[in-house]
Amino acid sequence: MSRLLPVLGNIAVLVAGLAALFGLPAFAETYVIINATIFASFAILALSLALIWGYAGILCFGQAAFFGLGGYTYAVAAINFGDTTGAAALAVALPALFAALLGYFMFWGRISDVYLGVITLTVSLILYRFVNQTAGEQWNIGEAPLGGFNGIPSTPILNWPGRPGEQLAPENIFSLAAGLLILVYFGCKALLATRFGRVVVAIRENEARVALLGYDTRRYKLAIFVVGGAVAGLSGLMFANSVFVSPTMFSLPVSGQIIIWVIIGGLGTLIGPVIGCILMQVLTNWLGTLNQVPGFGWVDPNLVLGVILMVFVLLVPKGLMALAADAVRWVVRNLPFPRRGKVPEGRKGDVRSASATGSHLESVHTSPFRRFAPPSPSGGRKSSA
Amino acid sequence: MDYAAILALQICSAVASLVLISLGLAVIFGMMRVINLAHGEFLMLGGYAAITAYNNGVNLWLAMLIVAPLTVGLFGIVVERLIIRHLYGRLIDTMLATWGLSLAMIGFVTVVFGNTVSGISAPLGSLTIGAYRTGAYEVFLVLVAAVLLVAGWAVLRFTRLGLIARGTMQNAAMAAALGVSPSLVYAVTFGVGAALSGLVGGLLAPLSGVVPTIGAAYIAKAFITVISGGAAILSGTAIASGLLGTINTAMTFAFTPVLGEVALLAAAVILLRILPQGITGRFFQRSL
Repeated sequence: MSRLLPVLGNIAVLVAGLAALFGLPAFAETYVIINATIFASFAILALSLALIWGYAGILCFGQAAFFGLGGYTYAVAAINFGDTTGAAALAVALPALFAALLGYFMFWGRISDVYLGVITLTVSLILYRFVNQTAGEQWNIGEAPLGGFNGIPSTPILNWPGRPGEQLAPENIFSLAAGLLILVYFGCKALLATRFGRVVVAIRENEARVALLGYDTRRYKLAIFVVGGAVAGLSGLMFANSVFVSPTMFSLPVSGQIIIWVIIGGLGTLIGPVIGCILMQVLTNWLGTLNQVPGFGWVDPNLVLGVILMVFVLLVPKGLMALAADAVRWVVRNLPFPRRGKVPEGRKGDVRSASATGSHLESVHTSPFRRFAPPSPSGGRKSSA
Repeated sequence: MDYAAILALQICSAVASLVLISLGLAVIFGMMRVINLAHGEFLMLGGYAAITAYNNGVNLWLAMLIVAPLTVGLFGIVVERLIIRHLYGRLIDTMLATWGLSLAMIGFVTVVFGNTVSGISAPLGSLTIGAYRTGAYEVFLVLVAAVLLVAGWAVLRFTRLGLIARGTMQNAAMAAALGVSPSLVYAVTFGVGAALSGLVGGLLAPLSGVVPTIGAAYIAKAFITVISGGAAILSGTAIASGLLGTINTAMTFAFTPVLGEVALLAAAVILLRILPQGITGRFFQRSL
């Protein structure tokens, strides 16, 4: 049973992804398709943070920097090249390179936890401020005006490789975005199953111990950070193709949104953040339309998002996926017929005794849900001191 | 000469504004190791409290110096009891929860006051130095920043309250063993930090006006200043503000305000690379 579940999960994800990939363009209107493209590109962005925060324990408060950089690189290069294929490749390569530089700076400086968050946040703010003021002639890169606050509304749409001028239709862009989402999802899974992935997860669990075993943890962290940057760049590329690029891509609310998706979906899972992202986007869109409805004019999207975030941090800190997993486990444990195979009975007791040895703050304030989950991996719960 | 005087005043003003906007955050972070991402919204709330009181006929100075800190201080204590208390020792979780709080506060204030700029004109008129004129209120703010720093130092250094605060800061378990209730100390600290934020929010309202989203303009700078400053609350904040404020003003004068901001942020990044524990993590370790 416990072996079978992950396989079943993978198959379910694949089926759902493929259904969306082939089903949606056939039935939905263009408006829905464009919206779905935005969701898919955001979901890729969610995966990028899910990977580096959930599995490598690197809390990047400025993932939007790579997102925006990917979008802008694509737009500028596409305007200059004419053909978009090379531009698309650059849109992934440049954020990856930037992540490599930033990562080298941070990991070789042995900067950790909050300080890392502050630096990434600051870098994305620098980019935001900078791009915001690039209005005017002197900020043209080749033929592409950066456009300051307005961004580049004339961001070119991808064309078929090698055939400049033949743009992809919105349905094709959606198929590409959804296809890339599926590819990135399983790519991340595969990456985490390799030796490299296991070392990265081990670093999240206990960096000092991994270092003492002879691994150069800085290199592993840098590598996973670069992968995260590249994936975020890719999502910026797809976003540029469904909307257009503007300085908001670098802004604090975007960085924050990604963190909310990951927290709500479940830190330390890949599918959770994707689901969290889509749920939150649907919710935000719906809240935006809600104030047209009489009697609900007072509802403010920020208010609702803020309350949801607080509730999740306080009551469901492991996210929706863990909640669902707990529910499934509870049902399995309480099934009336006798079970075959081993149900991890010991786990509950183990965790409890482990938490009893922890600090009293931890154990007193643990939420009821956490007890059933495996011991916390936590990029989350280290204190900085 | 006049130009030099104005430049010096501008630098003082930039430094003072950094000190003011980071002080509340520094008290909470230094004492409790809690990063309050709703700090910007505490400032915003202070501004609204002052303006609302003023519009209802309260004297402007009373509104800024008494009403704003009291309102936000009480609000802070409520927040501490309801949310923060459950998250001690979990730095990242407190950041996320307070960030949720900040979003909720922005939403709530938008609902109540609307998404428009409200403002009051700055009191005290203007000050003439040679051929230049500047607001006397800005000079007043520099003085307030200095007074707050000195008062904070005096309280921490000379009073019983300060002794308890420092003891809890150094070793909460030992302080508890000696009969101090850390829970009470934390609640009071959070209230004091919030009250400071409210005071500053009220004082800054005449300069910047208030909108529900104004917190975002402050939070990044405050956050960076406090982290660059390091463990010592007062001296760390003062030194970091001095350094970053000077760089900001110099670059603003030499180039543009935007480059000034960018230089401030870049300087902070480099500073943290060299001194990962902040300035007072390496220098002035025994200071407050």
